[in-house]
Amino acid sequence: MANAAMTRAFAYRPMERLLLPGASVFGIISVLLHAYWLTGLGIAVAALLSFWLLTKSRLSAALVTGYVSAAAAWYLISTVDASAPPAGFWLQVVAAWLLAWACVEQLAAIDTLSTLYKRVLGIAIPVLFGVWLLILWELLTRGLDVPQVLLPSPSLIAERFASSTATLWADFKQTFLKAVLIGYVIGCTAGFVVAILIDRSPFLQKGLLPIGNLVSALPIVGVAPIMVMWFGFDWPSKAAVVIIMTFFPMLVNTVAGLAAAQPMQHDLLKTYAASYWQSLFKLRIPEALPFIFNALKINSTLAMIGAIVAEFFGTPTVGMGFRISTEVGRMNVDMVWAEIAVAALAGSLFYGAIALTERVFTFWHPSIRS
Amino acid sequence: MAPGMSARAGSSFVPVMSVVLAIVVLWYVGAALMNMAWEKSVAQRTGTSPSTMAMLSNTMKQERPVLPAPHQVVEEIINTTVKKKISSKRSLIFHAGITLSSAMLGFAMGTMLGILLAVAIVYNEALNKSLLPWIIASQTIPILAIAPMIIVVLNAIGVQGLLPKAFISMYLSFFPVAVGMVKGLNSPDTHYVDLMRTYSASRTQAFFKLRLPTSLPYLFTSMKVAVAIALVGAIVAELPTGAVAGLGARLLAGSYYGQTIQIWSALVVASILAALLVVVIGWIGTWVNRRLGLERGAGAHG
Repeated sequence: MANAAMTRAFAYRPMERLLLPGASVFGIISVLLHAYWLTGLGIAVAALLSFWLLTKSRLSAALVTGYVSAAAAWYLISTVDASAPPAGFWLQVVAAWLLAWACVEQLAAIDTLSTLYKRVLGIAIPVLFGVWLLILWELLTRGLDVPQVLLPSPSLIAERFASSTATLWADFKQTFLKAVLIGYVIGCTAGFVVAILIDRSPFLQKGLLPIGNLVSALPIVGVAPIMVMWFGFDWPSKAAVVIIMTFFPMLVNTVAGLAAAQPMQHDLLKTYAASYWQSLFKLRIPEALPFIFNALKINSTLAMIGAIVAEFFGTPTVGMGFRISTEVGRMNVDMVWAEIAVAALAGSLFYGAIALTERVFTFWHPSIRS
Repeated sequence: MAPGMSARAGSSFVPVMSVVLAIVVLWYVGAALMNMAWEKSVAQRTGTSPSTMAMLSNTMKQERPVLPAPHQVVEEIINTTVKKKISSKRSLIFHAGITLSSAMLGFAMGTMLGILLAVAIVYNEALNKSLLPWIIASQTIPILAIAPMIIVVLNAIGVQGLLPKAFISMYLSFFPVAVGMVKGLNSPDTHYVDLMRTYSASRTQAFFKLRLPTSLPYLFTSMKVAVAIALVGAIVAELPTGAVAGLGARLLAGSYYGQTIQIWSALVVASILAALLVVVIGWIGTWVNRRLGLERGAGAHG
């Protein structure tokens, strides 16, 4: 498949011309500085091999750089605990990193017509980038002996994550399953319903839309202390903050979406003698779906933020925001990072679920079909 | 019944004002209803039975109402702005200034970072494919959750004051700018790009003469979003430092001591500030676009 893309005249890309020779030079110098010779030499040879392979096939060149940089990273991580790594070690880190960067460049330069192949690359490239971010984080924190309070290494965070799943689950249940989800559903539904209600009144629309737009620029999280006073320390007060934060984006987007149908389409429905409700359900709400899903996506992030920040103003002794603020106070930074990992995971899964639902419901929309 | 009526031109002054009026009326009704319980309990404790009218008027002047009436909030704001020296610790202008300065510093840093990232992404395919997905994914993470940690950790290594708060504002505001600028830098028509090529313009020339000017409307649109969340970031960043100074500190102190009027006035001032910032950025954007003859472009996505 890759060879099909190589019919065009070959030319090195500027970054490839920089990165691969760079990696081999760093690898060789590291050997001269008495670092472990196999890694340094391996990187140097792989870089040159890949440089030559590029003229044949970008994919095989990328496989060489990817494989060797991964092996080098694995070796470097397993030896980093040796106290105060020498200069040669750091040169190898840089060399392996350049090699991995070259791999990303090569993968990104592959152009192919196969959609499956494109999709695999579309996932592989960012994953590779993310993994290398973690590798460098691990190597730097452990190699430079960064104090744990400042920035714990990913392995420490993973350890803490695995050893305190019970606490993390309890916090997740309190913050996400109760405050975020309940508030999100109520807030989004309310925004949608109000948008439908004011749909028949141009006067209310003209009055509410500018205000809704203004409110979405305001620091609404600030109502958190008020909600905590009104609804108590437990999750209802957090859900209330989430409701207020998610209501306006939904309102504004739904109103805009309901106005999205073309005059031609309206005329068609009029010739069918469609009633208001028929044209609402058969034309305008489907046309509004991309806008509504846009609001649902924006709101998924806002809901998480609202619930967590509201917990800074008082909670029962459970919840993600509570845990973050108390563990920071005790300087248990690895626990804070574990909690952030949970939040990140929950946030991206939440967002991903909405994006998938959107694909199912708006399969007809040009942005999905293309 | 007609579609798209909201988009039609026409004065929206009267509708907006009536909605604002309705909100104020509802606010007063809410204040009366929510504060009534306290008046009733006072009456019960003292064994008096004041008339409903007396109780109603009392609900408007409680010291720590459940929901302060609008005029109480306005009064508090006037008392703590116009009638206090700016240097006073009780002046809201003093606190707003502190929040504003860290928000502005963070906004400036975030905008710079966003523009730099966007330029790198537009000119490097590998970064486009590897970094952009992570920038987008980073927004599904509740970033504000990290705020207290950044503050405390930076505090532990001796970085204090404006900078830690500005970092959080920066982290929040770089995203819309980066995404908007990527879109903007890629927005020139193929015609124009081809024209540049026929002039044999270098990449730098094409950047400064074509891509950068066409991206400006996008930049200002995303800066409006960025400045609003930069302010949110600065306010939230003030929470974990234990209520020293700033609008966030006023919120926290108010919630510790049950000073609802203080909370509301801080909230209103923060909202006015946010609205002003957005309006100012909007003005600058319109002015710049007009100078560049890009009015139509600005209208299309502004």
